[in-house]
Amino acid sequence: MEITTAIILSMLVPFGATFTNLIFHDRENLRDGLTLGAAIVTFGLVLTILAKNGSATSETLTLFEVFPGVDIAFNVEPLGLLFAVVASGLWILTHIYAIGYMRGNKEKHHARFFACFSFAIASVMGIAFSANMLTLFLFYEFLTISTYPLVAHKGTPEAIRGARTYMSVLMGTSIALLLVAVIWTYSLTGTLDFAKGGILEGRVAGVMVPLLLGFYAFGIGKAALMPFHRWLPAAMVAPTPVSALLHAVAVVKAGVFTMMKVGIYVFGIDFLAETRASEWLMWLAAFSIIAASLVAMTKDNLKARLAYSTVSQLSYITLGVALATSLGVLGGGLHIAMHAMGKITLFMCAGSIYVATHKTNISQMTGLGRVMPITFGAFMIGALSIIGLPPMGGSWSKWLLIMGAADTGQWIMIVVLMVSSLLNIAYLLPVVARGFFLSDPENGGPVREAPLLCWLPPALTAAGTVALFFYAGTIQQFLMPLVAAN
Amino acid sequence: MAVEPAIEVTQIALTLKEQLPILQIVVPFVAAPLIVFFGSRSLTWPITFAASAISLWISVALLLQVADGGFISYQIGGWAPPLGIEYRVDAANAYLLVLISAISTVILPYARKSVASEVARRHHTLFYACYLLCFTGLMGVVITGDAFNIFVFVEISSLSTYALIAAGAGRDKRALTAAYDYLIMGTIGATFFVIGIGFLYMATGTLNLADIAERIAEHGGNRTIHAAFAFIIVGMGLKAAIYPMHLWLPAAYTYAPSAVSAFLAATATKAAIYVILRFVFSVFQPDFAFQSLALEFILMPLAVLAMFAASFIAVFQSDLKRMLAYSSVAQIGYMVLGITLLTQTGVTATIVHLFNHGITKAALFMGAGALALRAGSSFYDRIQGMGRTMPLTSAAIVIAGLSLIGVPGTAGFISKFVLVEAALDKGWWLVALLVVFSSLLAVVYVWRVFETLYLNAPAAGTIRQEAPLSMLIPLWIMALATIYFGFDTQLTLGAARTAAEGLLAGTTGMLK
Repeated sequence: MEITTAIILSMLVPFGATFTNLIFHDRENLRDGLTLGAAIVTFGLVLTILAKNGSATSETLTLFEVFPGVDIAFNVEPLGLLFAVVASGLWILTHIYAIGYMRGNKEKHHARFFACFSFAIASVMGIAFSANMLTLFLFYEFLTISTYPLVAHKGTPEAIRGARTYMSVLMGTSIALLLVAVIWTYSLTGTLDFAKGGILEGRVAGVMVPLLLGFYAFGIGKAALMPFHRWLPAAMVAPTPVSALLHAVAVVKAGVFTMMKVGIYVFGIDFLAETRASEWLMWLAAFSIIAASLVAMTKDNLKARLAYSTVSQLSYITLGVALATSLGVLGGGLHIAMHAMGKITLFMCAGSIYVATHKTNISQMTGLGRVMPITFGAFMIGALSIIGLPPMGGSWSKWLLIMGAADTGQWIMIVVLMVSSLLNIAYLLPVVARGFFLSDPENGGPVREAPLLCWLPPALTAAGTVALFFYAGTIQQFLMPLVAAN
Repeated sequence: MAVEPAIEVTQIALTLKEQLPILQIVVPFVAAPLIVFFGSRSLTWPITFAASAISLWISVALLLQVADGGFISYQIGGWAPPLGIEYRVDAANAYLLVLISAISTVILPYARKSVASEVARRHHTLFYACYLLCFTGLMGVVITGDAFNIFVFVEISSLSTYALIAAGAGRDKRALTAAYDYLIMGTIGATFFVIGIGFLYMATGTLNLADIAERIAEHGGNRTIHAAFAFIIVGMGLKAAIYPMHLWLPAAYTYAPSAVSAFLAATATKAAIYVILRFVFSVFQPDFAFQSLALEFILMPLAVLAMFAASFIAVFQSDLKRMLAYSSVAQIGYMVLGITLLTQTGVTATIVHLFNHGITKAALFMGAGALALRAGSSFYDRIQGMGRTMPLTSAAIVIAGLSLIGVPGTAGFISKFVLVEAALDKGWWLVALLVVFSSLLAVVYVWRVFETLYLNAPAAGTIRQEAPLSMLIPLWIMALATIYFGFDTQLTLGAARTAAEGLLAGTTGMLK
């Protein structure tokens, strides 16, 4: 199969699943089976591209010329391919988990839920493979729109309020800032293509460079840079599978992925380093890392705590770009995969606990570790990966980021990363400790796990974080073309 | 820049191809009295539809002839201008002709059921006759190259529009006062316009637009011409509902029959904007209009005010059609803003937005009409929860609503992108930011509709049934068109760019 065909199919297959969900809305086994098939096929397609293309930059497939010099176009490059592999691979596990969760929890409107979910995945594939900023922006907005019904899913006043915050922050920033940045770039350069070394060098100078970067950085609301992070905790009213895949992997990673694309292919890392335009972004990211961790410590609701943890972790990746050095970029890229695997584990565990016991707050989970050993075990492994301890994958990306900071002589950033690790320990491990070592008569009794479909996926992803520790080198090699000299 | 005519016109046009410009007007114009003459209800709709479809075919044929930048000059009765009336078709107005006739041809199949439910049966023949007259008037305003002829067609379309709006009285009596308001305002507008034309005639001794342009260019301006300009802009500004001369519009669009609202919203104000474009750029020349009269400092603030004030009012409406009407006033602000930029990209943005907003608003008003058919009215508390009972209609409204916001992948995005680009190219930073900020208000008022449709339980007493196919198909054609033109911009943006080039090149002069 041609690479271009595989790219198109990897978007069309999940898109088609949207319609099979709507058409067979009342035959749930057929409907969920078809979607699972779509997920497997999509993952297979992405792997085909990986096998054929490796880490080269493929030819560009152009569909429409929308404005002179700007097309709807797709191609494959290492970062996008990594993102596509992560998102489509985890879609399979999350779908299995979602079937267990939605049925076990007796949620309503399954067809609408899975239809929007599939559409969101199609948008993610579009983001991962877009060859220019316009195409990326197109799918970025599709992703916002298709996930809105998922956040509002329960239809309760709380869900509607959360969805409104979600919508207004994401759409507001993208229209008011990102769109301006995109058009400004187009007005300056006459192109929006992602090119090695960036397209802006020599076209913009002085104070305009950090200003333009600011429009991008704040415009990419999905990267949850403070102060535009409010949507992420608000989105936690969604059913947990949504939080797991979309708000730990697809949506937020689409944000930081866009941030990296802008840094590497629009500005160019060398240009950023030369003009020191990203220095302010580095400080802001550092602030986000610490502040969000501190907020996370105050949250008793497990999902809210994980949400703030995500805000903090996303800023690692933004920090990686803002350091404007090869090691930082590699660390950021690697962290996309590492954090995805770790955080999806944590979210799926939180969902399993909810399905089995209907408990959402950490203070109610005392002693539950003995009742749900697999779930809490997986949670612990995921947490250790987020903290960045070997032998979990998360340790490598943090290591690279620290190296990147050292490389540029930003000693304070090293301190920030270290402090952040300590804070991670302080807000993640008590959950595990409380579950295993304390006891509460209310949560006693024999082992009573969540349904198989709910505990198996997080167990698998927990194993994945360990596997990633050993394959980190491969991924790093794979990402090397991002920073190779032109 | 000298522009060559697309077709060399001899004194008297002989072939059908050469007669197309006049047939464009004659076909619907003759069909209107025919309907009344036959008086048969079964023939009414087919004749109307046939006339509209033939017009569409002719306008596409005309656009194809002038798409590369030339123009067609047609002399009525073989009388050469400036004595005779000249129809002049170039990329700018051929584009508008296609827009108006295409919208009409798509709306008519929709109108059949919609009108049947909203207008009393005995009025149907007269209703469709008025519709065709209104259609003729709008097409005439756009195609003619003669100043007085513009006035005549404006009156034809306006008078029939008053009647069409009043036809909504079967559903809501307030349609009568809405029509009456528009009658007063529209007449003032037309009067201002004709006074302006009179002044121009006084100063130049001619009524042919190209001829007027030549003489103004030769002799320069004087106070009479300045006054003429002011009268014409104000007169047409009223018809185009430029803020703050928009007061007739919300009530008119709210209480008119749904099919009429859809047709007017997509075409009527657009024709008026076109006339303003034509006068500002072809007749007076931009240097005159803007440098000596500083028009940009009058129109630009008004445009920005429209974008914010009207959007803000739209947020607080509780009737879908009324909300859409206020949104139209805001969108007209974007079009006017494009004109005041005075650059080719700016005018391109205006022209492409004429088209993109036309199809978007047509789809939305058709959706509102379909909801009203089942809910009895388009108030939010009546249409709430219809996402469940009318999934197809609601989905089409969602698509068109996203286009109204300007989400990428829809037609509305294309025009917004070009407009912001034009503002940035000119270095008008603040204006570019104001455009995107005002579109955030669009997010709010559109999202309110989505929440109403999907996150509520259906109201009691509404008919829980999807709209009939004859309404759904045209609605979906429009909705899909908003998506299609969000990707394939060859036709829309390409033609708009040619048209803007032609307009900014100034007049092409008389054919000697």
